Amino acid sequence: MKGRIHSFQSLGTLDGPGVRFVAFLQGCPLRCGCCHNPDTWDVNGGTEYEAEEIVRRAARYRSYFGREGGITLSGGEPLLQRDFAAEVFRICHEENIHTCLDTSGCADGEKCASVLQYTDRVLLDIKYTLPEQYEQHVGCKMRQPLAFLEAVNARKISVTLRQVIIPSLNDTQENVLRLLDIAKQYPCVDKIELLPFRKICQSKYDMMGIVFPFGHLPEPDPKQMDKLRKVLGTYGG
Amino acid sequence: MEHINWQGFCGGVWQNEINVRDFIQQNYREYKGDESFLAGATERTAALMKKVQGLFALERQFGGVLDIDTATVSSLKSYSPGYIDKENEIIVGLQTNRPLKRGVNPFGGMRMVRQACEAYGYKLSSKVEEEFTYRTTHNDGVFRAYTDEMRLARRCHVITGLPDAYGRGRIIGDYRRVALYGVDRLIAEKKKDKAKLAEAVFDTEQIRLDEELFQQITFLGYLKDMAAMYGFDISQPAKDAREAIQWTYFAYLGAIKEQNGAAMSLGRVSTFFDIYIERDIKAGILTEEGAQELMDDFVIKLRMARHLRTPEYNELFGGDPMWITEAVGGMGEDGRTLVTKNSFRVLHTLYTLGSSPEPNLTVLWSRQLPEAFKKFCAKVSIDTDSIQYENDDLMRPLYGDDYAIACCVSAMKVGKQMQFFGARCNLAKLLLIAINGGYDTTTNIHIGPQMDVMQGDVLDFDEVMRRMEIYMGWLSHLYVNTMNVIHYMHDKYAYEKTQMALHDTDVGRFMAFGVAGLSVVADSLSAIRFAKVHPVRNEEGFIADFVTEGNFPKFGNDDDRVDLMAKDLTHKMITELRKTPAYRNAIHTLSVLTITSNVMYGKNTGATPDGRKNGEPFAPGANPMHNREENGALASLNSVAKISYDDCRDGISNTFSITPAALGRDNGERMNNLVTILDGYFGQMAHHINVNVMNRETLMDAYENPEKYPNLTIRVSGYAVNFNKLSREQQREVISRTFHEAV
Repeated sequence: MKGRIHSFQSLGTLDGPGVRFVAFLQGCPLRCGCCHNPDTWDVNGGTEYEAEEIVRRAARYRSYFGREGGITLSGGEPLLQRDFAAEVFRICHEENIHTCLDTSGCADGEKCASVLQYTDRVLLDIKYTLPEQYEQHVGCKMRQPLAFLEAVNARKISVTLRQVIIPSLNDTQENVLRLLDIAKQYPCVDKIELLPFRKICQSKYDMMGIVFPFGHLPEPDPKQMDKLRKVLGTYGG
Repeated sequence: MEHINWQGFCGGVWQNEINVRDFIQQNYREYKGDESFLAGATERTAALMKKVQGLFALERQFGGVLDIDTATVSSLKSYSPGYIDKENEIIVGLQTNRPLKRGVNPFGGMRMVRQACEAYGYKLSSKVEEEFTYRTTHNDGVFRAYTDEMRLARRCHVITGLPDAYGRGRIIGDYRRVALYGVDRLIAEKKKDKAKLAEAVFDTEQIRLDEELFQQITFLGYLKDMAAMYGFDISQPAKDAREAIQWTYFAYLGAIKEQNGAAMSLGRVSTFFDIYIERDIKAGILTEEGAQELMDDFVIKLRMARHLRTPEYNELFGGDPMWITEAVGGMGEDGRTLVTKNSFRVLHTLYTLGSSPEPNLTVLWSRQLPEAFKKFCAKVSIDTDSIQYENDDLMRPLYGDDYAIACCVSAMKVGKQMQFFGARCNLAKLLLIAINGGYDTTTNIHIGPQMDVMQGDVLDFDEVMRRMEIYMGWLSHLYVNTMNVIHYMHDKYAYEKTQMALHDTDVGRFMAFGVAGLSVVADSLSAIRFAKVHPVRNEEGFIADFVTEGNFPKFGNDDDRVDLMAKDLTHKMITELRKTPAYRNAIHTLSVLTITSNVMYGKNTGATPDGRKNGEPFAPGANPMHNREENGALASLNSVAKISYDDCRDGISNTFSITPAALGRDNGERMNNLVTILDGYFGQMAHHINVNVMNRETLMDAYENPEKYPNLTIRVSGYAVNFNKLSREQQREVISRTFHEAV
């Protein structure tokens, strides 16, 4: 089975536990204002690869995985190619490679059963904690990622909740407390990561000749990030 | 045999023969704990280090050389004792009578000494000039014997950086022997060896060895005299840790007073010292603070070591390096780790004294190393960018568990093996010479087998390979012969008397060849094979440039199509080299290592089919070309790991720079990830890696504002340098290298 790939990163240390091989899948239905990979949006872009080929490449890095590492499918939105993602993960499990899915969860949770069946950890990007912000800045309903989380929880798959902290939109203690509330409702969530909004992707937008929607916003102050992370308590890892 | 100063040590064969390894095995205590036992710098150390920092600053202000004694030829006894701060030093001894003052050493060659003096505004004294009119130097000897073709190969830079004008270096005396046995015992053993020789047939080799032994014995005597000038009697074994370190340092000091070799490495002393330190701590005469202080003072002395070099030399080996390489850690053949508390202490000097390129701390990495030590090493890398790693699991089966590293990546059994250093040949230039049928377009020299310039609008892969093999065969023969001349003459006119006295008389020899431009040639061959390479001819009809059409696999992406070409090139090269016998039955070895000469090699090499422009730097060592890696750091490591150590026994150097953010979110994660990466890389039987964890912006800022970064240390290619000591050109090249970043 073939899927469209944007790129590979053989040394991924930020997307899932340990050292990971990351495949960025091409295509995304969302248009988040903070997106740092606009070049992964186009569902017709990228290069086609066989699922076996992805696993073959990942296995080349097995010696670096240590106890925790493995493969991460990111994007783009990997669930846009869910059959392909399922096939990659299925073969990974045959090969004893730990699998990690980095997703927005803006997909029908039940239709993703085939992927979740072979997923060891989900990195769920909860973009905001208010439905109106979802509608304004993401272009999907907030109940979608929550329903997805429900489906993941039912399968007892470990979840890391992630959120990009964007000054003036969600860089407040109240927002982090709401995120904590969500986490507490789902026992599958064992970790929360707050990621600072970064603007190094500006050049990508420039090259593509499109506007970086949040280009006018500042990056968060590292001190504010530390303060917010403290709120996470044990979820901060 | 017994000695009062050996009280408290376990006995063994080491008492009856010169066998430091056996002494270590019988007596050392492995340490598997973490770094929490370490003590900080004492007030004394801090005050002394402040003085040293002041001297370093002064040296920088003076353009890199503080002072030269132009009237005294450097040797063991030629200077009165020198001190930094006599009352406050616990390990003593300087190369000359004053700190950072450089001596002159014309035994390797007069011209270089003369030029080096002039480059810094000095003039070599007429007394030294006069003395050496009646002497033959190593350089004189070499040029008497060089053939026309050897001179031509040098002139067109297809073989460069040869040690034919200064000391060859890359020899590690077993400096520990002086501490363990005392000089008198070493002299007695050498005399026995010499007496034994009398029974053999006196052919050339025997007579040479007989004379060498005479010189070794003489210089062991000088070594005692040198120590006596400092008020120490080193004829007997060291009685405590301070003496053990002092005796060992005197032996090393004697070597660097006598020889100005490019790489004057230290060996493997930390765990040896640990035995003395443990004995003293047990006896209640030394504390942890005192132990660290001894190591600190020792390392301060090593950081003061200097040789006088010419600007041309600095182009090859930037940053004024000495390669005082100390191998740390590793595993023993019996399965115990050789990590001791003193392995931690020597690394800890990078905190007590601040980061520094020297000594060149080299961790011998094994999967079996204690986890706490692995983590500490990773922490040191992340904090200081000052250490390198080499694969103990790869080397131990070949060299046992008492080997050390000369220079950057050259392994040898301490006191039992030595090498004849042979710099490197320029493979990329050789490819261009082959394509042009024996003509170098950069220097306009006809060289090698003469044939037609390659015809046609597109380069034909099979024809290029056919030619490359012919020219590799030709160059290999010439290269071995050239090295034979160099080392014959070095033995004859600049023999390492002190260092070889600290080797077994029956010594194993390597002849270490090298290649530069491996990734350039691999990518070029890949371009010719998988894309279309159109040659561009100059007015004379020679091919001076290329237009490459289409994509092709590039080294550094874990793609076998090109990676195996790199591997095959090294295999072909060593196979060709082996066809010509080496001087003194030396074993041929090959390195993929450039130091900083990748800039100079690039400057002297025309455009290549991979798209590299005329004069652009090569990647250093075995590194992929900058910024051609498309799949991240591990793919790049995997490509380099495919080059076989069986073909490249003199080492495969890989320099790796990664931003802190790409290595993990916090220091704990970064440490764990770096350990995992090192385990993964070396698990594939890769040989070496330099690790830098830093941001490119730091280097760019240091380039513009050097005064803000007086001690910025960075690993470049098998060694570390103070960034400010690199030339502007070398700095730019280092900045342009791939920094693996977070995506």
